[in-house]
Amino acid sequence: MNPKNTVAKSLLLLAVLVVPLMLNLFGFAFYLDLATRLSILAIAAVGLNLILGYGGMVSFGHAAYLGIGAYAVGIPAHHWLYGGMDMIASTNGFLQIALALFASALFAFLTGLVCLKVKGVYFIMITMAFAQMLYYLLVSISEYGGDDGLVIDTRSEFPLISLDDPVQMFLVSVLSLFLIMWGVRRIARSQFGMVLEGIKGNEARMISLGYNTFRYKLAAYVISGVICGFAGALLGNFTTFISPEMIDWARSGELMFMVILGGVATTMGPLLGAITFIVVEEVLSTITVYWHLPFGLMLIGIVLFVRGGLSSLLERGQKTDD
Amino acid sequence: MTELLSIKGLNKSYGGVKATDDLNLSIREGELHAIIGPNGAGKTTLISQLSGNVTPDSGTVHFAGRDITRMSEHKRPHLGMSRTYQITSLIRSMSVLDNLQLAIQAQAGHSFRFWSDVRKRQTVRDRAGSFAKEVGLEDQLHARVDNLAHGEQRRLEVAMALTSNSRLLLLDEPLAGLGGQEAAEMIDLLQSLKGQKTMLLIEHDMDAVFTLADRISVLVYGHIIATDQPEQIRLNVEVQQAYLGEG
Repeated sequence: MNPKNTVAKSLLLLAVLVVPLMLNLFGFAFYLDLATRLSILAIAAVGLNLILGYGGMVSFGHAAYLGIGAYAVGIPAHHWLYGGMDMIASTNGFLQIALALFASALFAFLTGLVCLKVKGVYFIMITMAFAQMLYYLLVSISEYGGDDGLVIDTRSEFPLISLDDPVQMFLVSVLSLFLIMWGVRRIARSQFGMVLEGIKGNEARMISLGYNTFRYKLAAYVISGVICGFAGALLGNFTTFISPEMIDWARSGELMFMVILGGVATTMGPLLGAITFIVVEEVLSTITVYWHLPFGLMLIGIVLFVRGGLSSLLERGQKTDD
Repeated sequence: MTELLSIKGLNKSYGGVKATDDLNLSIREGELHAIIGPNGAGKTTLISQLSGNVTPDSGTVHFAGRDITRMSEHKRPHLGMSRTYQITSLIRSMSVLDNLQLAIQAQAGHSFRFWSDVRKRQTVRDRAGSFAKEVGLEDQLHARVDNLAHGEQRRLEVAMALTSNSRLLLLDEPLAGLGGQEAAEMIDLLQSLKGQKTMLLIEHDMDAVFTLADRISVLVYGHIIATDQPEQIRLNVEVQQAYLGEG
């Protein structure tokens, strides 16, 4: 690995950690919030990158897991306050996170059994359809606010940590992000990751070599869903509000965009994509109310003209092979 | 010699076209059995049914005494049969070594290992390297398959099939698209494998077929019209009419 790139990447990670804290210290609390949201969405993008980037499975329904994770925080908190559903009624963060991960894994497993039977455009459509099904399901449940959503009165409670403190909320999010980026990087370079890469490259060949490719894809799909579910649990705690809007297909599209923008199948890609997406969205929307237009054009420009996404700019002059 | 692969009454139609028509064939352990036939005779359809990529309409396929007619494709390599493709089928975005490593690991239990760096598994890497050497790719270990010459890709294709310790190799036109020197290298490679592996060879290059094969079957319109030793096939009148006479 080129040492110059390593330095650039380390500096970037350091900046993501330190700059928001500094700005907060000087009274710009808004930027801390922005960085927290960025970190959480970046976690979801890292999760999506595992299947979209490394596995070549383009899921257009990954916002579903953001919703599942957030509702896994909101629903227990709701029942803890208003009674009912004694089994899950709690503000215990560990229980809520466990519920988020489990529900995400279950949803990914069950939908994956169906989605992964098809490929290409059909896969994209079915993943989107499942997310929309969940969207309408949540809209129809009036106890949790229907399409108005629900305010989370109490954040997840952990010993020693208080998510009510914006700085701690940010630190939990950003450190989780780093940990998950590292974990997915390990997975991508493991034997499992190699199989995933092979499936992306030539699935027919992998089958004829003797791989039951469906199982590997399903496992990756579940891991990816679980990571996004975790991001959802953080998102619920951050916004203290849950609504079916979180699952909207446009949100799934944003996650996809972050991954592609940053560079698929790279460690830094999803983070770079999230940073660009959030920052540009923020800057443009202060300049004009019609910010969607230049934003869209810019995104198209990057995808068309920066091959390999933004992270390829960090990899200039570096060979991809080991 | 014992029978390794036995095909009985195999049929496969696509719409009105009978790609495989009451096909019977027996491959003996250790032989190199070539199948020749004009274009469209159903050679690739036959290999696809043997590898499990295509399911026959009727008939049976037995491998080492076991009925594998409807066994899934991904299970068959574990019994000891592997195939190569007429159109090179490799993982083009990965290196030679990675391709071979994937082929080796396919045989060695599951790959649900999520943590340790797979490219630091030195014993597997070394084994992959030794297979690359066997087909003369030892200088290209880290090259992306994309960047290999066509002949090198064809040899890697064979090396992938070799890694599996397979008893039976299904070779679908290994010489396809190879020039003089490359073709000669491939023929040498196959020659060197004779006796170690049972091979079912589909090939258009008649010189190669008559040089390499222990026995030859002639496939015409999905049906085998003759199976015999090369010299007898050359003399067979029916075969000459159906096929060789044209060339």
